[in-house]
Amino acid sequence: MPKDHGIGASDKRREDVRFLTGAGHYTDDIKHYGATTAVFCRSTVAHGVIKSIDTSEAEGMPGVLAIFTGADFADVGGNPAGWLINSRDGTPMKEPKRPVLAHGKVRHVGDAYAAVIAETELQARNAAEAIVAEIEELPAIVDMAAALAGDAFVHDEIETNQCFDWGWIEDNRAATDAAIKAAPHVTTLELVNNRLVPNAMEPRCSIGNYDAGNDSYVLQTTSQNPHLTRLLISAFVMGIPENKLTVIAPDVGGGFGSKIYHYGEEALVLAAARKIGRPVKWTADRTEAFLTDAHGRDHVTKIELACEKDGTFIAFRTETMANVGAYLSNFSTATPTFLHGTLMAGNYTVPNVYVNVKAVFTNTAPVDAYRGAGRPEATYSIERVIDKAARELGIDPIEIRRKNFVKPDQYPFVSAAGLEYDSGNYDALMDTLEKHIDRKGFEARRKESEAKGMLRGLGLNAYIEACGIAPSNLVGVLGSRVGLYDAATVRVNATGNLSVMVGAHSHGQGHETVFPQIVGEMLGIDPQSIDIVHGDTSKIPFGMGTYGSRSLAVCGSAMVRATEKIIAKAKKIAAHMLEASADDVDFKDGQFTVKGTDKSVSFGEVALKAYIPHNFPLEDIEPGLEETAFYDPANFTYPSGAYACEVEVDPDTGKVRVDRFVAVDDFGNIMNPMIVTGQVHGGLGQGIGQALLEGARYDDDGQLLSASYMDYTMPRADDLPFYTVDHANGTPCTHNPLGVKGCGEAGAIGSPPTIVNAVVDALQSAGKNVTHIDMPLTPLRVWDAMQNA
Amino acid sequence: MASVTMKVNGKSVSKDVEGRTLLVDFLRNDLRLTGTHVGCDTSQCGACVVHVNGQAVKACAIFAIEVDGAEVATIEGQANADGSLNVIQQAFQDHHGLQCGFCTPGMVMSAAALLKENPKPSEAEVRSYLEGNICRCTGYHNIVKAIMAASGQDVAAIAAE
Repeated sequence: MPKDHGIGASDKRREDVRFLTGAGHYTDDIKHYGATTAVFCRSTVAHGVIKSIDTSEAEGMPGVLAIFTGADFADVGGNPAGWLINSRDGTPMKEPKRPVLAHGKVRHVGDAYAAVIAETELQARNAAEAIVAEIEELPAIVDMAAALAGDAFVHDEIETNQCFDWGWIEDNRAATDAAIKAAPHVTTLELVNNRLVPNAMEPRCSIGNYDAGNDSYVLQTTSQNPHLTRLLISAFVMGIPENKLTVIAPDVGGGFGSKIYHYGEEALVLAAARKIGRPVKWTADRTEAFLTDAHGRDHVTKIELACEKDGTFIAFRTETMANVGAYLSNFSTATPTFLHGTLMAGNYTVPNVYVNVKAVFTNTAPVDAYRGAGRPEATYSIERVIDKAARELGIDPIEIRRKNFVKPDQYPFVSAAGLEYDSGNYDALMDTLEKHIDRKGFEARRKESEAKGMLRGLGLNAYIEACGIAPSNLVGVLGSRVGLYDAATVRVNATGNLSVMVGAHSHGQGHETVFPQIVGEMLGIDPQSIDIVHGDTSKIPFGMGTYGSRSLAVCGSAMVRATEKIIAKAKKIAAHMLEASADDVDFKDGQFTVKGTDKSVSFGEVALKAYIPHNFPLEDIEPGLEETAFYDPANFTYPSGAYACEVEVDPDTGKVRVDRFVAVDDFGNIMNPMIVTGQVHGGLGQGIGQALLEGARYDDDGQLLSASYMDYTMPRADDLPFYTVDHANGTPCTHNPLGVKGCGEAGAIGSPPTIVNAVVDALQSAGKNVTHIDMPLTPLRVWDAMQNA
Repeated sequence: MASVTMKVNGKSVSKDVEGRTLLVDFLRNDLRLTGTHVGCDTSQCGACVVHVNGQAVKACAIFAIEVDGAEVATIEGQANADGSLNVIQQAFQDHHGLQCGFCTPGMVMSAAALLKENPKPSEAEVRSYLEGNICRCTGYHNIVKAIMAASGQDVAAIAAE
């Protein structure tokens, strides 16, 4: 039976009430007295030399308060990459400076080279149009292979477009090569993981405030991780001491990765606020979001799977070109490497894996982590080539996967790509999937579709991912320049209610509801008496924010540890109140009792005593009841799943309809099933969007052709089916206190290959020898594939 | 500048606005009704849907002066008189039909307009009606379910998890 309260209950979300009544406070909803507006001048060419910028006319226009160009920031720091990757030859990656405003060259369409601050948005826009920039256009570097082969560079000072050439694991290269050479069967697939735009529905927005009285700044901004943003601004870009900068991320309308990163606009509004002594706000319009938010994916990969004739896997080998765009965004070098290459053994006992990734600069928007971040790319490559191999070998797609699955008695299992999976049961997930999908009935459904003139395909998939990012010791060895712990402070107020300050940031994930469920159960008190405080660096401890499905596994663990400290201290206070030894005090259901007696005090009474410490043993116990814990995970968490879908393909038009989709996931223990299910739904929506609809397209001149919702196909309600989601039988994570695994990205990781496998299956059923179609599987691509098969 | 008078959520308001002022900017900036959101520049996303004389309208695609004399309803006026969530809002909460909340006001306003013209919509009709409302968080499953539940239909058979 599902629980009706506490851990494991589907508590309804308390934050919904404000969102449903228009009472949320998103950054653009905030209006300051004396506020001014910033508007950016953005390059209309992909690549060019800035010869001159004439701001003279604009400076005299009505309402104009200040104008900035790249020269104003020439002496401040660059926005850094957070992860140092070394190439196979041991040399460090190329790391050209990413300035606040472009200086010297513009490097992608949308690259900002000037900004106007004016009394009103209209005045700022008018003045921005009056700024005359002479930009000598250079040929755009767009295609990755051409970028690597050519002698024109996005960043002239590094004299190459290759950021790094990474091998994982380099010592396994020779063995993998030899295994593939000797293998009885090798399946090869070349594929593109299409470039996506995250498209949080709330465009980015930043407001800078400067207080001359104490030389301090406040930045209100659309961020998934206000402390990380503050650190980047303070330590790398602006040099503002952290104690003089508060970063606040209020209600944030979705992130999906795109709001992890520090962007130049945030630095600009701070500098401008200081210069004019007034608040400065910038709000992106949607086209600015398309042009400048960090994009996702954009890999071109060749993968080989070597196996025995019976389908036993011998080796995976991949060569990937990963687009990093014009500048290195904060996680851009980690995403194609340690969030991708380390997953290239999948769910399998395959003994040999070798991954080569070349990261390439191009005159396009920066590319960084987007929901799934590297793991969707790994899963897509692995699961597509397995499907192709199964077809070539005449082995059932479920059987070939089962044959190679890591088995339940093999954990902890060190994969050939170097990660230690702590728990899982892939066969059990596949069993559950098979129960849901009525495979026996598939042929009948296929015949029904065929009777209507449609083709029906069944797609199957298994995935594993690594999230709950991340153990600092491990990522430090791998090149991370930050630690990836999180933190929580549990403050028990005198009257017994709680404020819990957390480093995680909720922008749709429901922390305000789920975190109190956990603390409430631990303390035996009503979750409604607990409030979560997040998003304000002046209030919360130094945590790293929300991304990589880490909030519960990392910050939630910190919260559990802090709550345990609360209980330990409260026990001491209770022991004093009950005139007993703390060792003799039990705590259950919100009551402290002395073993073997009927003496008890409630949690609320203890809280009050902590703050009114009359007759208090001050030499043993400090007043107050507030504890902080930092938690650094021992390992990633390893969610896994088995997914299936059925599609109908219209052979006359190539249009694909997803008829049904089943997602069976192992997320370990579940804190709130309703919210976990919702997270999977959202991931599926984005993954199916990637597979069928979405694609950021640049033309040869580096113009983004899909820069609005007129051109970039966002999934709509009528593109998607109802999903069947099952996460009832998780294997608990072995190394965090709640036994939880991250659930935020799974849907986006597992679904793209499921869809493509299904479409290929549908076309094969019509006798078309189509073995692969690159995403998005638009009607044109599917139809073309059928004509050419 | 032109003077406009309209009833917003039952209250009469008069303001001077520029001819170019969009209804959504009028609501957000002049009336401080910031529950109506702007998610795009091309009238696609639907985060700004309000009702004008009972019709669902994208407030980013109409000037404030065009609704002079009209009755405008926004998300801020949807709750019951006692402040409790109305049937549609409650269904969105009950069925987890929102995550980040940014598209939600538009979704609720579109749903209200749909149920007014089609009190018992099928799944396909709900999905089709939401063509002009984009959500990036939910994959739409729980939004469709919530709207069907708000219409009084039994949604228990729609997979919850």
